[in-house]
Parts: sequence; structure tokens; C-alpha cells
Amino acid sequence: MQLKQLANISAALAAASCAVLGQQAQAGTLLDDWQFNSAILLYNETDRVSAAEAVFTARGDFGDDKYLNLGLVVDALTGASATGAVAQPYVQSFTRPSGRGSYEVAPGDTPLDDTFHDTRVQLDASWEQPLAPNWRISGGGHLSKEYDYLSLGLNGSIARDFNQKNTTLSLGLAYSHDSIEPEGGIAAPFAPMLLRSSFADDESYQAAFAATRDRADDTKDTLDMLLGLTQVINRDWLMQFNYSLSVADGYMTDPFKLVSVVNSNGEVQQNLYESRPDKRTKHSLYWQNKLHLSGSYLDASYRYMWDDWELSSHTADVKWRLPLGQSWYVEPQLRYYQQSAAEFYLPFLQQDEPVPQYASADYRIGKMSAYTLGAKFGTKLAAGNELSFRIAMYQQTPENDGVTAPGILADVELYEKVTAVMAQVSYSF
Amino acid sequence: MQYKKIIAGITLALLLGQLSACSSLGVKPWERDIMAKEEMALNSAPLDNRLDDHIYFSKEGSSGGRSFAGGGCGCN
Repeated sequence: MQLKQLANISAALAAASCAVLGQQAQAGTLLDDWQFNSAILLYNETDRVSAAEAVFTARGDFGDDKYLNLGLVVDALTGASATGAVAQPYVQSFTRPSGRGSYEVAPGDTPLDDTFHDTRVQLDASWEQPLAPNWRISGGGHLSKEYDYLSLGLNGSIARDFNQKNTTLSLGLAYSHDSIEPEGGIAAPFAPMLLRSSFADDESYQAAFAATRDRADDTKDTLDMLLGLTQVINRDWLMQFNYSLSVADGYMTDPFKLVSVVNSNGEVQQNLYESRPDKRTKHSLYWQNKLHLSGSYLDASYRYMWDDWELSSHTADVKWRLPLGQSWYVEPQLRYYQQSAAEFYLPFLQQDEPVPQYASADYRIGKMSAYTLGAKFGTKLAAGNELSFRIAMYQQTPENDGVTAPGILADVELYEKVTAVMAQVSYSF
Repeated sequence: MQYKKIIAGITLALLLGQLSACSSLGVKPWERDIMAKEEMALNSAPLDNRLDDHIYFSKEGSSGGRSFAGGGCGCN
């Protein structure tokens, strides 16, 4: 049995390499039991981050409803990311998070750290099989590695069918252990960002920089639970409800983000490294509908999420797959997202007010709305292979949560929109 | 806020109760022709969902819902 599995896996890898080389895979009987999916996504924000992400998954049918799923993800990020510091009507200098080197930000520009780059590799595997009549179980794990980050995780789920398989209840659990070791170490909460130019020599700067560092690395543990109910409503309508709970404990501060301290005229006096709580409990309710409407397929979902950081969000997602001629389909996609700010989100700190216990100026946990508008075009090829193209525009609109900008801050953009374009090619064989 | 959550929870529980109590919901095994199509699968485009989840996880304050919310990368 093990030999057969090994043979299946080697055949899968052979097929994968053939595909990569653009050659015809020699379809043998072993390969017939495997389904492969591949996709490449390019993500590009105007003036900010660019990313390329490649995914390859393989699903092996081992008979008797037993399946092995394997996944490989490689992504590369480059570009500039908002630091959290506020724009000023004059040139600002910043020290890179590593403490080595600095960069300048032009008057009126939102400060972006342009040295943002990383490569990530993720491997995952899972096995699923029936346990007893109407019962299914699955178990798996993942490993994700970046230059300064490692995530290891395990997950398992159990599902029970009822009512002639029209109703399915499922329970899933996942645990992940992440460790982070940022370049330059982890800054103490609200440690000041020091500038080399404020020191007489390298030695005194290095000593002062080291004093702002608390530790070299830290960890985060996350436990997830997901309760699901799937219900067939009628011949054309399938519904899913999920409740999920996610409890995270550990380092959740972004080691590269800053909060500006401004005076009563809005002038930056100092930039401090942000600090977030080390516990977070998130809940979400998810409702998905799959509808067959005279030859077309509608996928409509809604999610409500809330957590103990007082961040809550609404997400609505609609995809409508319509036939286009004999063998093509087109799928318009629309997603709308709206979130409230985390309780410790502040676009800046005021000099004459005491520093709070936690603060972050990261717009991603501030008040924001976003939408994605896209379309996917796909076609079935010979032997059931499928080729598809997807293009989408994603726009985030951060919003003011009732903060009055003092002095010169009233004349700069504190809540800059972020626009991204995504393009994806997928091939299944 | 808490009150709204409780109302939402009760509404959902009632809705779920209705679903499971109603025996006319669902189809007979021979009526599963459409349900069996891959377009009708809840996760009919797993790679699209995987890529989207990763982007939104990195760019927004929420994650999970359809699947696990947990860790996985330092992008957030």
C-alpha cells in the first residue's frame, strides 16, 4: 500500500515537472487518480506593494473515498508599505527598521518604507477519509517560512451527514505556532525611532539603538475552531453556515510600524514603535449560498466578524458564473468590505496627552471600507482540463474615525486610498 | 453592541432551527444532478479562495469565516 502511495506521489511530481517544462505528461493509469491545480497571481498596488504568488495543489484519489491533498505556495513581495507615521508639509527622515540606513519622505507624502521585500514558501498536506457510514474525518498540517517568520500548524476536522446527506454538521480545529525574528530585533513598546543624524558617532548611535530593543524574537500561538452546517435547500440551492472562533496569544504587534507624536500644531516631535495587545479573540459568522439559476451559478456570501479589540467587520461577496458560448464562462465578481477601528487605533498621538497602554496607526486596523470588482473567464479544454483568467481591482478607503487633525495635519492626507490590480492565470489538469 | 450580537445570534439559531426542523428541505438522492456539479461546490474555486484569503488577511483587520482564521504568515 505504502509503495503504491509512494509511486503515486512520484508520478504526481513527474507530472508537475512535465507541466512546468511545458511538455506533455505521459498520462498513465497512476496519474488518472490525481487532480492538479495551479495558479499564478500578480498583485500590484499603485506606488506601493507588488506581489507575485504561485500555488500548486495536487489531490490524489486513493479509492474508498480517501484523498491526499498536497499544496505548495511560493510568494514574493516587494515595494513600499505604509509605516503608520503621518505626512508632513516638509521632508521627513526615517531610520529603517533594522537600524541600518535611512530614507526620506517628500513633503505631503504618506511615509512608506520602501525596503519592504520578502519571499515565502508554504507547504501543506492533508488526508481525508470516511470514518463510518455518514462520518468523515480529515487531518493535516502546514509549514510556512519567510526570512523572518516561521509558522507551523496542525488541523483536523470531523463531519457527519444527516437527512440523506442533505444536512452536514462539521467541527474543525486548528492550531498554529508562529515565530518571528525581525531584522534588528523587536523594539520595546513605544520605543523611539532614533535617527543617526542626532548622534555624534556610529558607536553612540548603535548603543542607543540597542537600548531601544527588547528582545530578538517572539512567538504567537493561535487556536481556531470552526463549526459548520451545510444544508441542501432544494435541487438548485445549497447553503452553508459557519461559526468560527480564533484565539491568539503572543506577539501581534507589527515590528515595522510607527506612531507619530505631534504637538498642538500637528508637527511631528517623535516617531514611536507601535504596541498592540498580546491577546486577541475573534468570532465570525459566515453564510454562503450557492444557487443554480437557469444555467448560471450564483455564489453569494456574507460574513460578520467581531473581536475583543473592538474591531468588527461586514463582508459581502458575490460571484456569478454565466455561460459564454459553447465552452467558455464569464464570472463577474464583486466584494464589499467595511470595518470599524480597533479600540487602540490612533492615526497619531498628541504630545500633551499621556501615552496609552496600546496604540497603532496601522490603517489596516483603522476604520475602512474596501471593494473588489473583477471578472473571471474560463474554459474547459480536452480531457476535463480547465484554463481561466481573472482580473480584479481592489480599492481600500481608510476613513477618519472622528479624530480632529490639529494645525498642519489638517492640510495633509492622513487617510490615503490604496488601489491594487490583481491578475491571475489558473490551469487545472 | 453586545445587544446587537445577541440578537444576531438568536436570529441565526432560530433560522438554523427552522432549517433542521423542516423535513421538506433537501433533495432525494436521484435529484442530485445539479448539486453534484463542481460549479455548485461550496469551494468551487479553491485556488482563487486561497489567494484571495491571503491578500485580504494581509490587507484587512479580519480573517477566516469560510475557513480557519489563524496564523500562517507574517504578512499581517
